[in-house]
Amino acid sequence: MRRIQWLSGALALALAAGCTRHPASAPALHATATGSAIAESSGGKQLGTPGAMLPQPLVVQVNDSQGNAVTGALVRFSAPVGMSFDPAESLTDSSGQVTTNVTLGAVSGRYELIAASNDKDGKELVLKITELAAGYQQQLGYELQDQYCARCHDQESSPQRVSNYDNLAEKPHSFTEGETLNKLSDSDLIAIISHGGPALNRSALMPPYGATLSKADIQALIAYIRLVSDPPWRVTGVVYAQR
Amino acid sequence: MGFAMEGIVPSMKAKLVSFCQALSRDLIRLFGVVSLLLLIALAIAPAKDHFSEWRHYQQQYLRLIHDRGDAVTLQRHFQGGIRQIWLPDLGVVDRCQSCHTGLDEASLVDVSTQPFRRHPPIPHRLDEFGCVVCHRGQGAATTVTEAHHSTLAREEPLLPARYIEASCGQCHHVALPGTPKLNEGRELLARYGCVRCHQIRLPDGSTMATTDQPPPLTHIADKTTREWIYAWLKDPASYAASATMPNFQLSDADARDISAFLMANSEPLPADIAPAAATKSSPAPDPAAGASLYGEAFCASCHAVQNAAGNLVGGDLGPELTRVGTKVKPEWLQAWLRDPRTYNSHTLMPRYRWTDQQLKVVSGYVESKTDPDFLTNVHVEPATPQQIAHGKALVTEYGCAVCHEIRGIQKPENFAPELSRIGSKPLAQLVFLPGMQQALPDYLAAKIRRPRAFGATLRMPQYSFTADQADALTTALLSLTDRSFTLPSRLQIPSPQISTYQPAGHAGKLMAELNCFACHRINGRGGDMAPDLTWEGSAVQRQWLDDFLKNPNTLRPALIRRMPKFNLSDSERADLTDYFMTVYQTADIDRDSTPITGYSPALVEQGRQLFYSKYACQSCHMVNPQQDKGYIGPPLTQVGSRLNAAWVFHWLKNPQALRPGTMEPNQNMSDEDAGALTAFLMAQKTPATREAKR
Repeated sequence: MRRIQWLSGALALALAAGCTRHPASAPALHATATGSAIAESSGGKQLGTPGAMLPQPLVVQVNDSQGNAVTGALVRFSAPVGMSFDPAESLTDSSGQVTTNVTLGAVSGRYELIAASNDKDGKELVLKITELAAGYQQQLGYELQDQYCARCHDQESSPQRVSNYDNLAEKPHSFTEGETLNKLSDSDLIAIISHGGPALNRSALMPPYGATLSKADIQALIAYIRLVSDPPWRVTGVVYAQR
Repeated sequence: MGFAMEGIVPSMKAKLVSFCQALSRDLIRLFGVVSLLLLIALAIAPAKDHFSEWRHYQQQYLRLIHDRGDAVTLQRHFQGGIRQIWLPDLGVVDRCQSCHTGLDEASLVDVSTQPFRRHPPIPHRLDEFGCVVCHRGQGAATTVTEAHHSTLAREEPLLPARYIEASCGQCHHVALPGTPKLNEGRELLARYGCVRCHQIRLPDGSTMATTDQPPPLTHIADKTTREWIYAWLKDPASYAASATMPNFQLSDADARDISAFLMANSEPLPADIAPAAATKSSPAPDPAAGASLYGEAFCASCHAVQNAAGNLVGGDLGPELTRVGTKVKPEWLQAWLRDPRTYNSHTLMPRYRWTDQQLKVVSGYVESKTDPDFLTNVHVEPATPQQIAHGKALVTEYGCAVCHEIRGIQKPENFAPELSRIGSKPLAQLVFLPGMQQALPDYLAAKIRRPRAFGATLRMPQYSFTADQADALTTALLSLTDRSFTLPSRLQIPSPQISTYQPAGHAGKLMAELNCFACHRINGRGGDMAPDLTWEGSAVQRQWLDDFLKNPNTLRPALIRRMPKFNLSDSERADLTDYFMTVYQTADIDRDSTPITGYSPALVEQGRQLFYSKYACQSCHMVNPQQDKGYIGPPLTQVGSRLNAAWVFHWLKNPQALRPGTMEPNQNMSDEDAGALTAFLMAQKTPATREAKR
C-alpha cells in the first residue's frame, strides 16, 4: 500500500516535470540487430479514456537503410509518468514490428510518447507518437459530432455508414484539419455551429445547429475539435499586461 | 559501539541527576526551565499546523501564480487555510480544495501540475456536489494519504479515472451521451443475461431488465441433435463467434449427461404443427434462388454470417447463421420459417407469409450454411438412465433454467448474489487472489475476466469479453452504490420506464406476428433499428402506407438494414393501414388542416428558391436526381405522395420535436418559409400520381 501511495505522489509531481523516462525495471533485452529507421505501423492518434488502455495496440516497425524490416532490434517506449506500456521494451518480430498496449494517464489531453531504437553506431532513432485522452467534455463532443456532424465532415465511408462528403459541392473541413480550424477562435466556431456557414460568410450547406444543440453541447463539440486538431491547438489563455 | 554507549549512558545519567538536584535548590532557574518546557509544548500545535501538507501546497500554489499575468485575479480568488464544502443532505464534508486550490480557476487551463490543475468542465458545480460523490476517497481528511488511499476497511480509496463514469450512474439511470462506457456496461449486463442470475434492484424499486432472448428447450429434440448440443455446451463460441451463451467449462462427461437429459426431457411438438417429414425428400432447390430470397427478405438485417475474412456481416438481433445447417434439422427449419411462434412464443423472428415453394427455397439455402468439421470429433453413446438423472442434477446445479425454459425444472429465484449495491462492497468482505491489487475495481474486473480463478467449484461461467467490455461492465457495476439509494429527493432521477404498450385488435395480433417491435418503437416500446412509428398516422398518406406494406421499397438508400417484405394479404394490409392511420397520431398535427395538393406555382417556386439557396437542403436531400446529390436524408423525389402536408410543415418548423435526436437541425424557420417549402415539397409527386391527375 505504501508503494502505491509513493507512486501516485510521484505521478503527480512528475506530470509537472514533463517528460521523464521510466526506470528500466524488466530484465534487459539484448538487441540482435539494428535498424536505421523507425516508423509507426498503426495505433497512433487514438482517442481513449483517461487511465484506460487504448482500444487498439500500438505497432511500430524498424527498417534498415534499404527499407527492409529488421528482426531482433530493441524498441523502447517511454512517455510522461502516468502512461504505461505492456511491454515497455521488446525486440522486433519476424516482420520487423513491435506491438505494445498503451495505457493513458489519468488526465485528459494529448499524450506524446516516444518509441526509440538504436542504429548500428549506437545513435538513438526516435519516433514521436501522439495519443489522445478524451475527458467528459471531449467525450460528449465526440458522441455529438458522431450523431450530427460526421456524416458530412468525415470522409470515411463504409457500407454501414455512407459519407456525404463526396456529394457536397463545397467540401467541409475534417475536424483534424488544424491548419484551418486553429485559425478560428472559439467564438467563431460557436457562431458557425449555431448560425450555420453564412454566419462567417461560408457555405450555406452547413446548417445552423443553435436551436438543436445546447450551449454546453456546442462547447463540448469545440473541446473535441481542439483535442483532435493536427497540428495541435495551443491554448493561449487570456493575455494580461505584464506586471 | 555498544561498549562506548554503556560507558556514556551512566555518566549522562549522573550529570542529569546532579543538574536536577542543582535545580531543586535554585527555584528561579527551575521556574525558567519549566516555563521553557511549557512554551515548547504550546508551540507544538501551531507548528504542526504550520508544517502541514496543505499549507505546503498552498505556498506552492502562491509561488505558481505569482509570475502569471493574471496573478492579481488569482490571488484575489485565493483563500488560505482549510477550505471545506459542507453538504449535509449528501453527507459531504470535503476539504479537497485546501490542496486543490485551482479547481475553479478557468484561466489555469494550461497548468498540468497536480494538485493545482483546473477541474475539467463537467455539467455540475463543485459547491453543489462536492468531490467525493464522484471521486470517492475521504473528503474530511487533511493529508494526501488519508484522503486518497485510506486502507481502513470501511473507507473507500479514490476511484481510478478509467471508471469515473460509474459516478454519473449513481443518479442517472438513463443513458447519457457523455458516458459511453457506462452505457455500454449497462447494455452488456442486460444483453449477456448477467441480471438473470444476479438481480440488480434500482433505487426507485424497479429491477434491471434483460434484453437477451434465450430460447426455450422444451422441444429441443425437434430442432437439433444431441451431438450439436454436446458441442455447443462444450464451447458455444466455437459454433458462433457472437454467441451470448457463456462457456460453463463442463467436463466431457458433464456435457454428455446434460445433452442426454435435454434430449430425453424434450417433448415433441403437437402433431398438427409438427414439421412434416415428407418435405425432406423433395428435390434440392436452386441455391441462387435461395440466396436472392434470403437477400430480398433482408434476413441479414438481423442475422449475421461470418465472411471469408472471419468478420461477422449482418445484424445482431437474431442468432448468427454461419454454421446453422450443422445445427438445425431441415423439417424443423421449414416449420420454423412457416411460423416461428409455435416453437418459441417470445421470438423476435417475424412470420413471413411464404408459399411452400418459397419456404423450400429459403430453408434449403439456410440449411446449406454448414461447417463439416464442427461435429466430426463428437461421438456420444446412447444415454443411460443414470446419465440422464445426472444431467438433470447438473442442469439444476448450473441454473440452466434461470435463462432457458426447461420442462420439469422450476426457474430458480435469486440464483446468484444480488448486485444492487456491489459498488460499495466493503473490502473486508472480498477475498482477493494472491498478488492482486486490493481494490474493489480490480476485484470486479478480475471476477468478470476469469470467474473460476476464484475457485474451481464456482458456478459462474466464463464469458469471452474483450478488455474494453470488461472495463465497461466494471464501470456499470461500480455505479451501483449505497449512495445511490440514499440520495436526497432533489437528486433523484427516475429510471427509464419500461413500456408494456400493446396494440389492440386484429392489427395488434398481426403486429405481434410480424414482430414490428423488434425493429420499430411505438409509444416507448420496441427496438431502434427502424423509425419510431408512434406518429406514423400523422406523418404519411394512407395510399403510400398501403403501397409500402405491399412492397417496401427503401426510403433511405444509404442504409443497409431494410424493411423486409412480409407478403401480407390485401385484408391484412388494410387492417394494418387503418389501424396506423387512426391510432398512431399526434394531437398537435391536424392531418386535414393543410391540403396535399393545389399550391400556387408562385408559392412552389418560392419554396424551390428557399430549398436550394437559403436552407441548402440539397446538401442532404435530393429532389431532382439529375442535379442533387445529398444522400444522408431520405430522397424527396416523391415526398408529395408520401407525407402529409401538415406533418411536413411541422417537421420543417422543428424536426427535433417530432423525432428527438434526428440529424436535421431546427432552423428556426418562419411560418412563411415553412409554408413555401411545404408547397414545393408537396409538388414532388410520384409519376403515376401526376399522370392520374392529368
